[in-house]
Amino acid sequence: MCLAIPARVVSITGDNAQVDFGEGVLREVNITLVEAKVSDYVLVHAGYAIQVLSEEDAQETLRLWNEILEAEVKINNK
Amino acid sequence: MMIKSLRFRNATLAKHVVRRIRKLAPKEDTLKVCHVCGTHEWTITHFGLRTLLPTNVEVIAGPGCPVCIVPASEIDEAVQLALNDLVVTCFGDILRVPGSKMSLLDAKAEGADVHVVYSVGDAIKMAEREPDKEFVFFAIGFETTAPSTAVEVLKQPPKNISFLISHRLIPPAMKVLVEMKDLSLNGFIAPGHVSTVIGLEPYEIFPKIYGMPTVVAGFEPLDVLFGVYMILKQLSQYKPCLENEYVRAVRSEGNVKAQKLMKEVFEVVDGNWRGLGTIQSSTLRLRKEHEAYDARLKYDVNIQQSSVDIPPGCKCHLVIIGKIKPTECPLFMKTCTPQKPVGPCMVGSEGTCRIWSKASRTNLN
Repeated sequence: MCLAIPARVVSITGDNAQVDFGEGVLREVNITLVEAKVSDYVLVHAGYAIQVLSEEDAQETLRLWNEILEAEVKINNK
Repeated sequence: MMIKSLRFRNATLAKHVVRRIRKLAPKEDTLKVCHVCGTHEWTITHFGLRTLLPTNVEVIAGPGCPVCIVPASEIDEAVQLALNDLVVTCFGDILRVPGSKMSLLDAKAEGADVHVVYSVGDAIKMAEREPDKEFVFFAIGFETTAPSTAVEVLKQPPKNISFLISHRLIPPAMKVLVEMKDLSLNGFIAPGHVSTVIGLEPYEIFPKIYGMPTVVAGFEPLDVLFGVYMILKQLSQYKPCLENEYVRAVRSEGNVKAQKLMKEVFEVVDGNWRGLGTIQSSTLRLRKEHEAYDARLKYDVNIQQSSVDIPPGCKCHLVIIGKIKPTECPLFMKTCTPQKPVGPCMVGSEGTCRIWSKASRTNLN
């Protein structure tokens, strides 16, 4: 129920969008709650997109993880 | 091109973060980190994350399963409507959750018209297709689901559909947990998807007032491990604060439009949670201007009998707050199984007992 699945917006018609959940699984979802454009990744929960995912922020997470760990390693090596 | 999720499952990075967690773990005291999301529990159990953590760092599951905490009285209301010749539409997870006497699935077996839908929008389409029938949508779920109900109510759907609102809010339940002295929590992993909607502000009270480290985390195994690591780091520095690990989906302000629509459609009232009792300002109700769509008022729903939330012998009330593990319940996988669930935690796919029932024993710690 709180499960939300990322999907890529393929096309938009009014409040609805055709989204691709990967490997060709297409479905129409409602995008009233978000400002999504074609080819954006959205988080879909029970037929409604609840947030637009940011690739930049995803990269930022990976960068942050590595940075935290590198900083730890440096502290421990001192 | 989206980043492959595999990069969020990098084993080398996981080994490093586990090593950090082990270094930060206290020598003697036990630390209890609580999450409140069924999907977090699934990640933790499926990937065996508990087995990677030091034995004195416990991750416990709070009331994060949105069907487990719906009280029997509200299932009884849906059953009453279904038995009164209305078409009840609902999410699949709630179908088998026991009411006082029967579940919606039992009602269906007795001839009631109960339909599983993928979304509230699908329920409305059904009502539009069959204008001669009266429909009810059983609107369960946390802040992730409530905005979709709000969207549809504001669109003024046809008059032959109404809503049995059973939406609940997560932060008030977290407040109950933190105030339970005997639970003695040391940190919260806040639910990622609920947070995409509500943002960070509702969690600020936990570090500020209760000194409780709180980290919003995503659902990949590394997200959860980093969540635990960030909590331990805060504890080691005696600096409890609110941090967001799930930046790729959670903005600090949340989904402002979803919040606005929820406020427009619902008011917040006190409500009963299965296993937790009444929680102040924790459930939603349709505002007066939308009450024509309130199934309780439209059909004068009235549950006479006192409802039984927890059947005899069942320990769901303790599992729901993370006080015991499913394996500590005497019924677990004996008389209570996914095929024949006794308590609500064994029913929904996000119920802690249901998740544990499917996990390999080696993944449980």
